[in-house]
Amino acid sequence: MRLSRNTILTLIALLVIAGLLALAQAFMNPYLLRILNLCAVYSIFAVTFNLIFGYTGQFSLGHAGFAAVGAYVAALLTLSPSQKISNFFLKPIVPLLANVELPFLPALIIGGIVASLVGSLIAWPALRLRGDYLAIATLGFSEIIRILLVNMQPITNGALGLKGIPAYTNLLWSWGALAVCLFVTKRLVDSSYGRAMRAVRDDEVAAEALGVNLFKHKMMAFAVSAFFVGVAGGLMANLISTIDPKVFIFTLTYQIVGITVMGGMGSLTGSVIAASLYTIFLELLRPIESQFTIGSLTVPGIPGMRMVIFSILLLVVILFYRKGLMGTREFSWDWVVNLIRRLKSGKKTGSSGEVKS
Amino acid sequence: MTPLLKMVNVTKRFGGLTAVNNFSTELQAGELCALIGPNGSGKTTIFNLITGIYVPSEGHIYLGGDDISGKRPDVITGMGIARTFQNIRLFKGLNVLENVIVGKHLRLQSNVASAVMRLPGYDREEKEMRQTGMELLESLGLARFAYDEPTSLPYGQQRKLEIARALATNPRLLLLDEPAAGMSPSDAEELMTFIQHVLKTFELTIFLIEHQMRVVMGICPRIIVIDHGEWIAEGNPEQIQNNDRVIEAYLGASDHA
Ligand SMILES: Nc1ncnc2c1ncn2[C@@H]1O[C@H](COP(=O)(O)OP(=O)(O)OP(=O)(O)O)[C@@H](O)[C@H]1O
Ligand SMILES: [Mg+2]
Repeated sequence: MRLSRNTILTLIALLVIAGLLALAQAFMNPYLLRILNLCAVYSIFAVTFNLIFGYTGQFSLGHAGFAAVGAYVAALLTLSPSQKISNFFLKPIVPLLANVELPFLPALIIGGIVASLVGSLIAWPALRLRGDYLAIATLGFSEIIRILLVNMQPITNGALGLKGIPAYTNLLWSWGALAVCLFVTKRLVDSSYGRAMRAVRDDEVAAEALGVNLFKHKMMAFAVSAFFVGVAGGLMANLISTIDPKVFIFTLTYQIVGITVMGGMGSLTGSVIAASLYTIFLELLRPIESQFTIGSLTVPGIPGMRMVIFSILLLVVILFYRKGLMGTREFSWDWVVNLIRRLKSGKKTGSSGEVKS
Repeated sequence: MTPLLKMVNVTKRFGGLTAVNNFSTELQAGELCALIGPNGSGKTTIFNLITGIYVPSEGHIYLGGDDISGKRPDVITGMGIARTFQNIRLFKGLNVLENVIVGKHLRLQSNVASAVMRLPGYDREEKEMRQTGMELLESLGLARFAYDEPTSLPYGQQRKLEIARALATNPRLLLLDEPAAGMSPSDAEELMTFIQHVLKTFELTIFLIEHQMRVVMGICPRIIVIDHGEWIAEGNPEQIQNNDRVIEAYLGASDHA
């Protein structure tokens, strides 16, 4: 089999990235590692939201709920039995879960599957609704999930949350999961099924008249999306080690919507770029929320200030790039090769004395 | 011979408004039949009933003997009815060729997993869809637009593209809702020739809505006229032109206008 230039370039790029991530994992301090891991987690959130909204046109606001399901399942499956005993000191954990302890991979996958099942269960009635109503319904379901987490104490430990979740998540896990998520999503949206989803997004009535089963294709987008959101939730739980229901309030969904819009509806590249920029900027802006002094002036820390700045940034992006940073464009090797060619020829004309290599 | 399409006492009510009232008709295979009537007389509603967008309040609709009343639109399309819309409804985010092959998706055998993994079976089907889609565009003179955005096409070509897209589903019956709407008389004439070409090459049955009688006179051997949701006349162009009720309906309509 002969490999095309682009396949070879992709393979090389993957190897280089994997190598860099391995180096980073070995030498970077935990603080920076955490940021890089979060970049991948938020990228998965944005890519999956793009699949549901950017490609299938379903304005679903259930991401925080799906992430919560994945996070709790992965956490409960990876917590050691002794940790569980110390976590559940108010009410003991249900016997069924008390002694399970699974390796990370199956825990993540099961978290994804359960999130996908919950997502599909929610989608079942919600998909009968359109537009704003779908948004309101899924937002409501997402809050119901959170309230269940608070109240199902023997399983979730209620508002106390779960502590001491093993910190399994490292760069290879998080970026590896992102790679799988990107691969599956890209292949899906480029396939005949994805074409049908995009048709549904553009015009439901016409799509149905052309034989597209609306429910089936929306459901597919939901199930795949919720699966990866669940996996990302699991990655998050095993990264931050402590989760409670408050982590998954609806503002998480709003952030994801904002990131995806910023990156561009219908651009997976845009989702990854925007998610990474968002995560990094949010960290850089952290000092703003604590007290600081400029000269003789002492400014008290304003909690939530970072979100204000993020919202302003989002507005600016939407005002100047109405379709987000990337629009519907994707990264492609042809683009890179063209760019390099252009730069080269630009150099040639710029410096006349240069010898052509 | 069983008719290809049969509507029996079909009524559609929207609240207090009866858009279609006790309407019956039959279409034989291979026919090119027109449905005309004044503004708001219920023509589009009849198409929406046939294609499953609306469920009849009363009555039944049969396709080649199968009762299709109450079936989902995509199921009905799978059984062999395709349509275009009065207002162009192309997929703006898909290029011209993609617009067409969406219509082939319903015949896809490969499941979503093999599509994501690009298994050989799926690859073969995808290649075939692109190839037959391209052939379809060629036979309708649209091939040069294949990779363009549909909205960049001239208006008349967009209308043709909608027809091409409907044909991609391999229909037995093609419903065209005012395909010549908004066209100049000469463009409308050309489109009617195009429709006759389609009828012959694809061995179809075509049911065609038109607002103006004049446009269909030349090409449709049979014309059905409705007014206020009710069947008022049926016959060849000459009979229709001289029918008192038809003249009254059209004059009455223009009185109000
Ligand atoms: N979904 C709906 N809800 C309520 N009333 C409707 C609906 N669809 C159609 N109607 C009404 O039914 C009547 C028939 O409409 P229809 O669109 O079928 O007419 P038409 O013959 O296609 O008209 P035109 O020549 O303007 O296209 C109109 O009075 C219209 O307002
Ligand atoms: Mg109409």
